[in-house]
Amino acid sequence: MLRFILSRIGVLVPTFVGVAIVAFAFIRLLPGDPIILMSGERGISEERYAQLQAMLGYDRPLPVQFWDYLTGLLQGDFGNSIVTNRPVLEEFMTLFPATIELSLVAITLAVLIGIPAGILAAIKRGSWFDQVTMGAALTGYSMPIFWWGLLLIIFFSGYLQWTPVSGRMSLMFYFDQPTGFMLIDSLLSGQEGAFKSAVSHLILPGVVLATIPLAVIARQTRSAMLEVLGEDYVRTARAKGLSAFRVVSVHALRNALIPVVTTIGLQIGVLMAGAILTETIFSWPGIGKWMVDSVYRRDYPVVQGGLILIALVVMIVNLIVDVLYGLINPRVRTR
Amino acid sequence: MPLLTIRNLTVTFDTASGPFKAVDSFDLNVDKGEILGIVGESGSGKSVAMLALMGLLPPTATVTADELAFEDHDLRTMSGRERRRLIGAEMSMIFQEPMSSLNPCFTVGFQIKETLRIHLGLDRKARQKRAIELLESVGLPEPERRLSAFPHQLSGGMSQRVMIAMATACHPKLLIADEPTTALDVTIQAQILDLLVDLQRDRGMAMVLITHDMGVVAETAHRVVVQYAGQQVERQPVETLFDEPHHPYTAALLSAIPERATGDRLPTIPGVVPGQGDRPDGCLFNPRCSRADDRCRTIEPPHQSDALGQALCHYPLNTEEAA
Repeated sequence: MLRFILSRIGVLVPTFVGVAIVAFAFIRLLPGDPIILMSGERGISEERYAQLQAMLGYDRPLPVQFWDYLTGLLQGDFGNSIVTNRPVLEEFMTLFPATIELSLVAITLAVLIGIPAGILAAIKRGSWFDQVTMGAALTGYSMPIFWWGLLLIIFFSGYLQWTPVSGRMSLMFYFDQPTGFMLIDSLLSGQEGAFKSAVSHLILPGVVLATIPLAVIARQTRSAMLEVLGEDYVRTARAKGLSAFRVVSVHALRNALIPVVTTIGLQIGVLMAGAILTETIFSWPGIGKWMVDSVYRRDYPVVQGGLILIALVVMIVNLIVDVLYGLINPRVRTR
Repeated sequence: MPLLTIRNLTVTFDTASGPFKAVDSFDLNVDKGEILGIVGESGSGKSVAMLALMGLLPPTATVTADELAFEDHDLRTMSGRERRRLIGAEMSMIFQEPMSSLNPCFTVGFQIKETLRIHLGLDRKARQKRAIELLESVGLPEPERRLSAFPHQLSGGMSQRVMIAMATACHPKLLIADEPTTALDVTIQAQILDLLVDLQRDRGMAMVLITHDMGVVAETAHRVVVQYAGQQVERQPVETLFDEPHHPYTAALLSAIPERATGDRLPTIPGVVPGQGDRPDGCLFNPRCSRADDRCRTIEPPHQSDALGQALCHYPLNTEEAA
C-alpha cells in the first residue's frame, strides 16, 4: 500500500510542473497589464511604469521569470499579491476553509442524495421514479450553474425570503474564527442564532454547487447498479436465500460503488470549477471569488498560485480516492 | 412421495417483441437421494426451469405450473420470505461460471459464513469452525487460510469447490447443479463431478445435474430427462437410455458422442434450436429431424407412454424393445 501511495505521489511531480507552466502562461496570455490596471484612470508616466516593472521583475525575459517562479514554488514560496502585497499562500489559507466548507456540503448532499436515488432508479428501472429522477438529473447536469443559482436566489431569497442572498454569516454576529469553518466557529462562539445563520447561508450555494455532481453521481450509480444486478454473483446471493434488501445493499452495492467512487473523485475537480461560479454568484468569500477578482486585477502571482494550489488540492483528493478505491476493490490491492 | 414435483411448468418472458416461452409444459419428479440428469443443447430451457424453481428469474419472467412442490411445501403459494428460508438451505444451486458466481468484493469466508448465519443462526465461533469443515469437505487444502482469500485469488476449480461448500452448508435435501463443469479445464471437470457424486452419496441428498454432456450423464445420473426447445422430449433411466432412445433427438444426441461415433466424421444435428420468431408448426424438432413427415410438420406430437420414455414424438424409436 505504501509503495502504491509513493508511486502515485511520484506521478504528481511532473503534473505539478505542467500545471505551473500552464498557470504561468495563462495569465500572461490575457490582454491587459497589471501595472496599467493598478494605476487607475489617471494613467501612469513611462518612467514610473518602467520603475514598477523593474520592481515586480516583469521586465526580464519570460523564461527567466518562470525559472525564478518555479524555484520559488519548489521552496514553498508562491510570491506576494501585487495588489495587497500579502503572501499568496497566506491569502489562500485564509480563504480556503470557506471553499472547503461549501464544497464539503455540496459533495455530501450530492453523495447522500445521488447514491440512494441511483440505486432506487436502478431497482425500479423504467418506473415513474426512474424516469423522473433521471430526467431531473439530465436537466441538472445541463443547466448553467449561474442561471440556476440566480433562479434559486430569486425564488427562495427574493420571493419567499427564506434564505439570505449572499455571504457566509449575518452581520448581526461577530466572533473569532479559529478554524475558518463557519459551521464550527459559530457553534464555538456560543452566540444564539449564529449556527442557524451559518446553515441558512450555506443552503443555497450548497445546493447550487451540488447540482452537477449530484446528477452525475445519480446517473453513474444507476448504470453501475444495473450492470451489477445482472452479474452472476448477485444471482448467487439470491440463491442463498438472502433478502432483496441485503442482496442490493451488501452484494450489489459494494461492487457498484467502485466506479461511483472514481466518479466522485473526478467530481472534486468539477466542484472546484463550480465553486468559482457559485462563490461569485453568492459573494462567498472563498478562493473561487478570490481567483475571479484577481483575474480582473491581473494579479499575476495570485492567479498563478491559486491555480496551482487548486490543482494540488484536486490531485491530493484524487490520490485519496485512489487509495479508497483499493480499500473497496480487493482486486487492485497488492496480492 | 417424491422430494420435488414439477407439473406443467411454463416460463414466459416479456420481451420487446412479445412474450417468449422459454420453458413449455415441463414435468419433473425428483426422488430423495437420486441423481437426475437434464440434458439438451443450449437454449433448450434446462437452466431456466431450474431458476424458476429457485425463484431466481427476473421480474420479466412469468412462471406458471399445475404443481410446484418441494416435499409438502407448495412453492406457488409461499410468501417470498418463506421461500427464502428454503432456498440456500433445503434446496440450493451451483452455477456454470464459478469465477463470476462468487462476489469479488468479499472474502470466501464472508460468503460461506453469511449462509450459515442467515439459515442456521450460528454464532461467530461456530461459523468459523463450520466454514473450515465445509472447505475441508470439498477438498480445498489449507481451509483456514482460504477463508480470508478473495475470489480473484482462486482458480476456476477452487471457486467451484467454494460454491459447492456454500451450497451444501446447510445440508440441503436437493442440490441443483447447472452445468457445474462446463467452464472448467477437462482435468478439473472429473474432480468436481467426483466430488459432487461423493457428497451426494455421503449426505443422501438428491441432485439435479443439468448438462449438455452425455458422457457426464452416463457417469453420474440415475435417471435422465431430455429437453428440447423448452419441452421435455424424453425421460428414461440411464441404463436403458443409451441403448434404447425413443426420441429422434435423443438418438441424435447419443450418436454425436465421440466415443460412440462410427465412421470418419462425427455426426452432428443440422440447424439450431428454434428461437422466438422461428418456431415451426407441429413438432418443434421437425426441421432438424431426418424422419419428419407432413404429420410432424403440422400436428403437435403427444407424449408417449412411460414404457416409451414419454417421448414427445409421433414416431418413437425402438418400440419393439419397449413392448
